[in-house]
Amino acid sequence: MTLAPTPAETVQRGAAWSGLPAGRVTPSAQPAPLAARGAIRIEQVVKVYEGRGGPVTAVDGCSLDIAAGEIFMVVGPSGCGKTTLLNAIAGFHGISGGRITLDGQVLCDSARPQAPRGSDRVVVFQNGALFPWRTNLENAIFGPVMQRTLSKRDAEEKAMAMMADAGLAGVEHSYPAEVSSGVRRRVEIVRALMNDPKVLLLDEPYRALDALTKSVMHEALLRIYDKNPVTIFFITHDLEEALFLGHKVAVMTTRPCRPKTILTVDIPHPRDYGVLTSRRFRELIRETSAAVHEEALKAFQRGEREG
Amino acid sequence: MSATSKAPALAFVRGIFSVLVLLLVWELGARSKHWMAGDLFAPLRGLLALLGFKPGYLPCLGAAPAPSGVVRSWVAILGESSYWQSWAKSFLRVMGGFLAAMLVGIPFGLSLAVSRVAFGVAFPVFEVLRPIPPLAWVPAAIIFWPTQELSISFVTFLGAFYTIVINVVGGARSIDVRYFQAARSMGSSRWDLFRRIILPGTLPSIVVGAVVGMGITWEVVVAAEMISGGGSQVGGTGGGGLGFFIWNSYVGGSYEQIVVGMISIGIAGFVSSELLRLLGRRLTPWLARR
Repeated sequence: MTLAPTPAETVQRGAAWSGLPAGRVTPSAQPAPLAARGAIRIEQVVKVYEGRGGPVTAVDGCSLDIAAGEIFMVVGPSGCGKTTLLNAIAGFHGISGGRITLDGQVLCDSARPQAPRGSDRVVVFQNGALFPWRTNLENAIFGPVMQRTLSKRDAEEKAMAMMADAGLAGVEHSYPAEVSSGVRRRVEIVRALMNDPKVLLLDEPYRALDALTKSVMHEALLRIYDKNPVTIFFITHDLEEALFLGHKVAVMTTRPCRPKTILTVDIPHPRDYGVLTSRRFRELIRETSAAVHEEALKAFQRGEREG
Repeated sequence: MSATSKAPALAFVRGIFSVLVLLLVWELGARSKHWMAGDLFAPLRGLLALLGFKPGYLPCLGAAPAPSGVVRSWVAILGESSYWQSWAKSFLRVMGGFLAAMLVGIPFGLSLAVSRVAFGVAFPVFEVLRPIPPLAWVPAAIIFWPTQELSISFVTFLGAFYTIVINVVGGARSIDVRYFQAARSMGSSRWDLFRRIILPGTLPSIVVGAVVGMGITWEVVVAAEMISGGGSQVGGTGGGGLGFFIWNSYVGGSYEQIVVGMISIGIAGFVSSELLRLLGRRLTPWLARR
């Protein structure tokens, strides 16, 4: 059952996206990815966990191909199983079947269900996980100092520069509780990038932010990305956010989670907020919103039944 | 002057005012024996007698020494070394018991929090012993320990120990799991997790536990001193302390000194708790600046 090809896979560019960047075919509308590493392949991943009323299939036969340096947006209603996918890549929990590889190397498969946790894949959490007992700067240097890849002084120098780029000059020596949630989220992204990761895993990082802060954060993220191109695996339930930020957008079905449609956003990067009102953007919204709405409705109805 | 800078000054004035009112009422109450003697207060005396109180003065306050008398007797003993020795003795016992409770309680609490085995083995015993009030340990402590001094310190130790352990365990366990996940994914070893996440994450609870524990320590030491009795007068090493000071004043009939002793303990407890809070704020700057 899990091996049956889903309609989504036919939409995907399949083999053209796998392998090393050198041999990759790039769609004309999209600039060549900037990163040389960080390609993720999710192959027929299944995740079943024990719920109260028996086993629950959170993810079933899910395949995704994420090119190195791509901003890959995963859109689906709350509770559809998209976070399960992120946790599997991060190594927070195991998978029940299938395989996930990073740059051709197996992270997890049926032989080793749980990926090792490593600083090559860093997570930025939904509600933020900056250490409250460390200043923003001390938070930012945490990774490289832990891994001893940089001396404390060098790490501080690098972090100061990155924070300045991210518009964070002046808050280095404040504690996270002393700055706004938008600033905290940016510090957290800087902290993640300080690890020099191959992949940045973002789990609805802007969910708790108000609409205005969110729009500023989107542009800030793209600016940071332009300076530090990494693969970004970004989970959200906000279609507009997905289309504004992503090179590609995967709309997921709700439990079990697998791609319903995968769409390439043919609006060139770097983007700014003008994109939101462009005709192409509106067209893309129209094309995708039906699919998103359908899944949201399914999730809602299931919630009614289960509730 | 803005409203925000005015507020603390105003609060201070209110505080002074309430203390002055308290002293005034107390002074008047303590002197009720004199001013209630007149015929004017005959109905009040009758009412008090009817209610079962002694008719000559106001209940409680009338039997208490007046603040003016307390201050006089306080000034009189300020120059006496035995009074300061009582302070020193109680302080040393409190500090001894408290520091021992910190030194044992923090590592013990942390090990309970991080190790399932340690928790499974030690926590049931801990929970059985915890409800026993420290003062119930006094007779056993006297049997356990060779000197009275050690017995008293042991009882004060128990007073602070349970509170500190419970706070450390609770604090360490309530650390958000995302901090561990984040630290892990950024390459922290188990030791790093302990040192960089668990320790700082538990620190606020340790401070709270220490402040509360310090308060309990003062309560316990005074009671333990009253029970264990004196000894300092005859040149012995045991006994003494502010608790004994109060008890001795009571036995000697010096009611003013009882109050002097009570206020002394109040000051001592307040000062040590404040010092701890100050230290705590230093150790947890991320909370102070919120």
